[in-house]
Amino acid sequence: MHIIDRRLNPGGKSLENRQRFLRRAKSLVQGAVKKTSQERDIKDVLEGGEVTIPLDGMHEPRFRREGGTRDMVLPGNKKFIEGDYLQRSGQGSAKDSGPGEGDSEDAFRFVLSRDEFVDLFLDDLELPDLAKRKIAQTESEGIQRAGYTTSGSPANISVSRTVQLALARRIALRRPRKSEIDELEAEIAACTDEDVRAELLAKLEKLKAKSKRIPFIDPLDIRYRRFETVPRPVAQAVMFCLMDVSGSMSEHMKDLAKRFYMLLYVFLKRRYKHVEIVFIRHTDRAEEVDEQTFFYGPASGGTLVSSALQAMHEIVRERFNPADWNIYAAQASDGDNSYSDGELTGLLLTDKILPVCQFFAYLEVGESGGSAFDLSDSSLWTLYERLRSSGAPLSMRKVSERSEIFPVFHDLFQRRETSQEKAAP
Amino acid sequence: MTERLFEGADWDFRTLQRITDACEEIALKDLGLDVYPNQIEVITAEQMLDAYSSVGMPLFYKHWSFGKHFAFHEASYRKGLMGLAYEIVINSSPCISYLMEENTATMQTLVIAHAAFGHNHFFKNNYLFKQWTDADGILDYLDFAKNYVASCEERYGRIEVERTLDAAHALMSHGIDRYPGKKKLDLRAEEKRAGRRRQHEEEVFNDLWRTVPKGAAKSRSALSIERRRKLLGLPQENLLYFLEKSAPRLAPWQRELLRIVRHIAQYFYPQSQTKVMNEGTATYVHYRIMTMLHERGRITDGNFLEFLGSHTNVVFQPEFDDPRFSGFNPYALGFAVMQDIERIVTKPEDEDREWFPDIAGRGDVMGVLRDVWANYRDESFIGQFLSPRLMRHFRMFHLHDDPEERAGIRVDAIHDERGFRRVRRELARQHDVGFIDANIEVVDVDLSGDRRLILHHHVIKGSQLNETDAKRVLQHLADLWTYDVSLIEVDANDKVLREYVVSPRPIPAAVA
Repeated sequence: MHIIDRRLNPGGKSLENRQRFLRRAKSLVQGAVKKTSQERDIKDVLEGGEVTIPLDGMHEPRFRREGGTRDMVLPGNKKFIEGDYLQRSGQGSAKDSGPGEGDSEDAFRFVLSRDEFVDLFLDDLELPDLAKRKIAQTESEGIQRAGYTTSGSPANISVSRTVQLALARRIALRRPRKSEIDELEAEIAACTDEDVRAELLAKLEKLKAKSKRIPFIDPLDIRYRRFETVPRPVAQAVMFCLMDVSGSMSEHMKDLAKRFYMLLYVFLKRRYKHVEIVFIRHTDRAEEVDEQTFFYGPASGGTLVSSALQAMHEIVRERFNPADWNIYAAQASDGDNSYSDGELTGLLLTDKILPVCQFFAYLEVGESGGSAFDLSDSSLWTLYERLRSSGAPLSMRKVSERSEIFPVFHDLFQRRETSQEKAAP
Repeated sequence: MTERLFEGADWDFRTLQRITDACEEIALKDLGLDVYPNQIEVITAEQMLDAYSSVGMPLFYKHWSFGKHFAFHEASYRKGLMGLAYEIVINSSPCISYLMEENTATMQTLVIAHAAFGHNHFFKNNYLFKQWTDADGILDYLDFAKNYVASCEERYGRIEVERTLDAAHALMSHGIDRYPGKKKLDLRAEEKRAGRRRQHEEEVFNDLWRTVPKGAAKSRSALSIERRRKLLGLPQENLLYFLEKSAPRLAPWQRELLRIVRHIAQYFYPQSQTKVMNEGTATYVHYRIMTMLHERGRITDGNFLEFLGSHTNVVFQPEFDDPRFSGFNPYALGFAVMQDIERIVTKPEDEDREWFPDIAGRGDVMGVLRDVWANYRDESFIGQFLSPRLMRHFRMFHLHDDPEERAGIRVDAIHDERGFRRVRRELARQHDVGFIDANIEVVDVDLSGDRRLILHHHVIKGSQLNETDAKRVLQHLADLWTYDVSLIEVDANDKVLREYVVSPRPIPAAVA
């Protein structure tokens, strides 16, 4: 008779099977994830969670019989006698509650971890990289402190750590203190009684021997600083989020814009190890703000799109050398701009911004329902359309409903054949 | 004078040991059970879920479908739709029972009595298990299977292996020998043989053989139809076996995979034929053991009441018009029949003497039960021992549903003098695996023509195959056979009802 405690055995034996299942069901789960993420608050997307996938797609077929005449024996007869007929349809007929044939498992909920969820969510997206993508993938080695080691080059001895260890060792071994020996010597010098003196001398001998046996620093104590090489990307990415928060932007529009940025944020965090995000919001003047303010801070005023572009341009010049950085920008606006600003905006874009940008995404947000939205193009839209047709790396989309955010996002950042696109005129 | 096994609900490993010893004493001395050595393992809920999804086995090869089942069980468990079983028990020697750590001391006692003695005795003594399973070898064999599948994945790619296993799984329920043939399964030898086969293939491999011109094939006419069918072992209802032996283009490792799936299917075959008996036995045994422990003062009244609560839930049988109804509960039916046998053996009435002259009033309850446990399966057990009294108790009735019948579903028999035998026969038939599974067999291969594989489905009571599923399974079958496959559904008069023809999908060029 054995009784064994298996609780400490690693659980998750099914993890591998689960991954196989996920791989196999990838397209199904992916579809489910996309559907789920449309219904959900984008912030929650980061949390992962339940998706419902149709079991049918993962059906394992068996030869099953069905139809024909059926015989069944049931318990609980209350009133029937031989020869009775039961109605086939309607309540109380036995057929409804016949033996459970054909399990109805048409769909089931599948709990995805946060990572699995986001992975599947972003699986077929990527930042459109036109030039520097290759560089971004090669990484150079950097050096980083990584604790201590017992061997190394003398140049790397860590004195403080060594002394610390020596001290600890000596305390542990009860090393005689210098002051103790001094005291004893003074006592001997002062002592007159021969016997006591001899005794003290013996004691002194012992202490001295001990202090020799327990050296101040032992090879055991020596520690070297350890360094580790870590990969450092040569090129990094920076994303500029430009949001119009002027008075003409309704809450709904801001909500759309923010959702778009959150999605972008999740996406970038996932794809790039080193990604900087710069949040710029503007009314008739622009300011760089932190994430919190960007997403939640109130602000209002007139509209000058060029202010945001100008701010971006300055930040690029100061902090992000286009030679080292992949620069992306995403702008969300309702498309309103003051009439006088159009020309400046166009100039800034063509001269300063677009030449250094890998990709510039413009998202025009509209009111829910958005019928008027389709009527005439806004001033910004017209401007951008003109730039785009002259070959600028610019993508533009219109959104007026929450549920459109993901498809548009997907559309903008869909993995594409870069070479083909470049080849195309 | 007697010491309690435990107080309250808490337990530790010493308690488990005491409980097991106490149960063992009753099981062996009072009930005269004969069991494999026991191994009891305490596991967590998560591990229980793990075990669930690999058909309860402690080790199993990797496959996505187990992941699917895990996800399914986990989701319904989290939503609270499903409680976990209190125990899982494995037909192996030593017999392994899993206990969940969440169980109270009373529940652990119940589970030990139920699994480690009830199921264990049944596994060791029932003739089907003796005939078809190899309790000593199964764990080693599963270990071998797991490693073998893993090594195939390494050599031939995960996708290739998955494709073969998917196909084998689809045919799994038709990978069983239903009639005892040449010899008992010996999994250990099986494993060794597989190893030797592989080694032999590697040793004798010589690329030159490839270049030897093949001799002219025997003239077709020389092989009479009869002889050909005999050579191929036709008709053959074990489709996996047939493919393993005769499919022309399978790689040796693919044959081995089919073999593994077939062995595992065979291993579980007795379980599907003895659900009612197996659960009935375990329930009867735990009921007896718990009652005796209580009578002897080893457990308190409170513990006994707790046990009765769980026991009652387990043997609860909802009636047909109850929303909870989903067929006969094997625990309820099995337990009821066994208790009824106990009554017939000890306190028979006239009716019982008439129906069960062999055992009525024989007095030796355990002797009779041990004999029943050893020599019957669900179908014969119900057919033999379901008494009129129990049919009245359950108020059983027999419905006959003929789609042609306009008036509705006919009540064919009820629990009265006229109906007893018919109800019993019908219920027994419902528990006959041979009757439940579709009767499909390979009847011929058109060797002289296009090598089409011909299967027949013998339709019983007009019940044909589900079309979508049948096509998918046949697709798998055709992929393994690598030539066309046709399945003909014929009724009792050999009239063709439907014919499926499926061509194999082209084998994709080896993809990584």
